[in-house]
Amino acid sequence: MEKTVNQKAWFLVLPVLLLVAFSAVIPLMTVVNYSVQDTFGNNQFYWAGLEWFKELLESERLHNALGRQIAFSMIILAIEVPLGIFVALNMPKKGFWASVCLVLMALPLLIPWNVVGTIWQIFGRVDIGLLGYTLDALGIAYNYTQDSFAAWATVVVMDVWHWTSLVALLAYAGLQSIPDAYYQAAKIDQASRWKVFRYIELPKMQGVLLIAILLRFMDSFMIYTEPFVVTGGGPGNATTFLSIDLVKMALGQFDLGPAAAFSLMYFLVILLISWVFYTVMTNLDKRDGV
Amino acid sequence: MAWMAWTLPTAIFFCTIACLLVLFTVLAIKYPETPRMGVLRIETTRGDRLFITLLGSAFINLAWLGLVSAPQWGALIVCLVYAAAVFRWV
Repeated sequence: MEKTVNQKAWFLVLPVLLLVAFSAVIPLMTVVNYSVQDTFGNNQFYWAGLEWFKELLESERLHNALGRQIAFSMIILAIEVPLGIFVALNMPKKGFWASVCLVLMALPLLIPWNVVGTIWQIFGRVDIGLLGYTLDALGIAYNYTQDSFAAWATVVVMDVWHWTSLVALLAYAGLQSIPDAYYQAAKIDQASRWKVFRYIELPKMQGVLLIAILLRFMDSFMIYTEPFVVTGGGPGNATTFLSIDLVKMALGQFDLGPAAAFSLMYFLVILLISWVFYTVMTNLDKRDGV
Repeated sequence: MAWMAWTLPTAIFFCTIACLLVLFTVLAIKYPETPRMGVLRIETTRGDRLFITLLGSAFINLAWLGLVSAPQWGALIVCLVYAAAVFRWV
């Protein structure tokens, strides 16, 4: 029987379309308009063409910020994903302790970004912070306000502390959905622990892990509040990531034209990565569905 | 609308995109299609191919601006070739 195609349901999404137009599309169009002009305030604009884009593409400042941003995202993914999986594998499957673990894991996720930043800013201080004080007492030179390595280590460890549990919880949910029959079959075949992980658990977790990687990547790629509170982008520019640099440019220097061009390029990179992830995920679903 | 700081080129840019979206909507209603598998080994519809074209074109334009010291319309020619390739093979 031939199904009749009725596209009228699309009218039902009109309210959402209006809302998105108001909150995203119109501001984005304005940003595009800004990116090709220069302004000295008073809502007076002068045509600049593609000048800002050209300037930014050749700007060392942007290259460095992008490099730091990519390095940061890669480092935290390389730590958080394996660590999250490891934690999930070792969490109790059921009972009282499973609930305790879940609650404990969820706690860091509930803390607002700026509070996380403040916690670590104080925690790392040599005079009053436990971490800073202890490291100092052990004779390890640690000062995140002056040493770029210490600043990086603090920001990375802070992100790992804040977000590993998200990966762990997602991986845990993936693990819980594996029926017992798979493990029984593996036992009959005398599969080693590694093989159970490699051929049963990992493939079954693939979907949620991709979501976890996407979420963590996007979130770390636009990270602003935590490093801003802890290091303020310093020492020097050592922890100035893309969004911190963008805000400096847009609100600190009030260079609306270059900042608009900057945010458009930032947006394009994010759009590309999101599309790649989305495509991979939907194709995985389709493959699994067959 | 003054606060949006419109210029003629950006207005033409957005009108072109809006026209493309309308055109593809009309095409989708008049000539319904099934997704097909292309060189990227992913299923794509006409709309997907339009998205890939537009996103790729943005990067081609940026690359042209940053790497090639020739007039920008050169990038548009590359984009048209790219678009044709996407619609043919992706």
